[in-house]
Amino acid sequence: MEEIIRDQQAAGTAAESSVANAAADMAAKIFGGEAQPNAMAQAARVLKGAPEEAPAEQPAEPAKPVFEETPVDVDSVTAKLLETVANFNGTGFCGAFNIRSNGKSLGRQSTEHIHIDTKTDNPGLDIHIAPGTRGEEVYIPACVTKAGYDDLVYNDFFVGKDADVVIVAGCGIHTETGEPARHNGIHRFFLEEGARVLYVEKHVGTGAKGPKKVIDPQTECFLKDGAYLEMDTSQLGGVSSSVRKTRATLDGKSTLVIKERLLTDDDETAETFFEVELNGEGSSVNLMSRSVARGNSHQAYQSNIIGNTICYGHSECDAILAENGRVDAAPKLSANSEDAQLIHEAAIGKIAGEQIMKLRTLGLTEEEAEAAIINGFLK
Amino acid sequence: MLEIKNLSFAPEGDKQILKNISLTIPDGKLVVLTGPNGGGKTTLAKMIAGINMPTSGSLILDGVDITDKDPTERAKLGIGYAFQQPVRFKGFTVRDILNLANGKPLTEDQLDEVLLKVGLEPKAYKDRDVDTKLSGGEIKRIEIAGVLLRKSKLTVFDEPEAGIDLWSFNSLISVFEELRETREVTLVIISHQERILSIADEIMLIQDGRLGMKGPREIMYPLICGDGCESCPAMEEGDCYGRDN
Repeated sequence: MEEIIRDQQAAGTAAESSVANAAADMAAKIFGGEAQPNAMAQAARVLKGAPEEAPAEQPAEPAKPVFEETPVDVDSVTAKLLETVANFNGTGFCGAFNIRSNGKSLGRQSTEHIHIDTKTDNPGLDIHIAPGTRGEEVYIPACVTKAGYDDLVYNDFFVGKDADVVIVAGCGIHTETGEPARHNGIHRFFLEEGARVLYVEKHVGTGAKGPKKVIDPQTECFLKDGAYLEMDTSQLGGVSSSVRKTRATLDGKSTLVIKERLLTDDDETAETFFEVELNGEGSSVNLMSRSVARGNSHQAYQSNIIGNTICYGHSECDAILAENGRVDAAPKLSANSEDAQLIHEAAIGKIAGEQIMKLRTLGLTEEEAEAAIINGFLK
Repeated sequence: MLEIKNLSFAPEGDKQILKNISLTIPDGKLVVLTGPNGGGKTTLAKMIAGINMPTSGSLILDGVDITDKDPTERAKLGIGYAFQQPVRFKGFTVRDILNLANGKPLTEDQLDEVLLKVGLEPKAYKDRDVDTKLSGGEIKRIEIAGVLLRKSKLTVFDEPEAGIDLWSFNSLISVFEELRETREVTLVIISHQERILSIADEIMLIQDGRLGMKGPREIMYPLICGDGCESCPAMEEGDCYGRDN
């Protein structure tokens, strides 16, 4: 298998290689960040005046399951995209996974606790994660490498009570000819009581600069009491246009954390809409969006946090402008309960001159300083 | 050795801030520039680091004219600069900024060592963001840690005492003393602090954009912090380090 991949990589064009390297570099700069403990449920409790909960006795953490690698046979371009968006090692995946490429599955595996089934009503998957599943990862990446292809997929994730898993999705589009290509992933998450999910989604476009590479993700989340969902999303560059729509409904003391990182350049456009409804007493959401708009690119950010009860909502939108980049930000807070505590912070501007100067006094050139600041900001 | 010759600075449309200053910073010395607020000390410090460029005059470092060199080039030539109000970065951790200051990634031991030296508990700080959540004193110590890592041959500290508590200030003094004793470095410190003046090798008074008095600590310190000319040992010798000297 390794030989096949190596041969395919060797057969790839120099242009492919350079684009792939650029994507990998970009990915290396932007990837990172781990799930962080969340203090917002505590904040909501303080707001409510409820007594501090004694820390529950933690059961011993079961050993993380170890799975043997299942080989996946993909071409060099797809392999590079998968490496960028799903940490593909060039040979295969461990545990549960499904690789989608140009609308077809290139490989799939379920595990004892995670079942991946083909949908019967729409293109896409039903992913069932059994209650209590802990320490497992699920890989559901998609690639589009065929010019003119318009990919539409519906993936539903059913996460059982007290499960604690990582889901790695993401999409890569690569086109060399003049025709556009698009991926539209519609994901729904249903988290039962106490379920915890870290969802990592990376988007990247590679190949020739001309053709439009469009990624339009739509996500709906339904969290029950005590559930925790952290969405770590990043768009790594090369995507001509994206419209991201995320809606969430939180019941009970559930928590949603969204970390969005976005880099647009040239004439790219990116629109983001978040709408989170806090229905559960003690529910909380933390939206953090960091973006850089370079070249002639344009970004639009809209968010609406709706607090219907005693709850805590926070959104933070920071953007750096470079060259002729433009950003619109329209955060909205809707408090339908006097006990809702909702906060918004936003800052848009170019890189502060004093930051550049500080790094220059450390020996960096102006260009190196700017790159370091942007990389740090998006890290 | 840094020679500053006839340095003047007058921003366009503004009053002249520096007026024909000439002075020499000898190698391996701790030189304190002091004087009233608004007298031009910080502007002079920024001229040394290349952050501001002079209207006229020149700066010569070890015989090399650095007047037209930018901050990057001056940093590479061995000039370090600690900002009076350290810059904050969203997304940079303490580790990140110290790695940049060091020019290459620090080992955990190196990182721990430098943080301890400036009085910060490594575990609590090394992965914290260098943003507005850090207090003025904390970020000041990180700034000093960065300067220590730079190992510059000449470092300018702009009011290092600003915004830090007494305990931090005492450890800062220890850092300066240790630097002077263990490394052959030149320190230029902008300060109003008596304690810093007391450890100087030389003190220069900058006021109204001009170099006023200058001289060794033994002469200058009593003049500035003591009873003026009455306590100046130079008086006994009939010498005077006043403005006309």
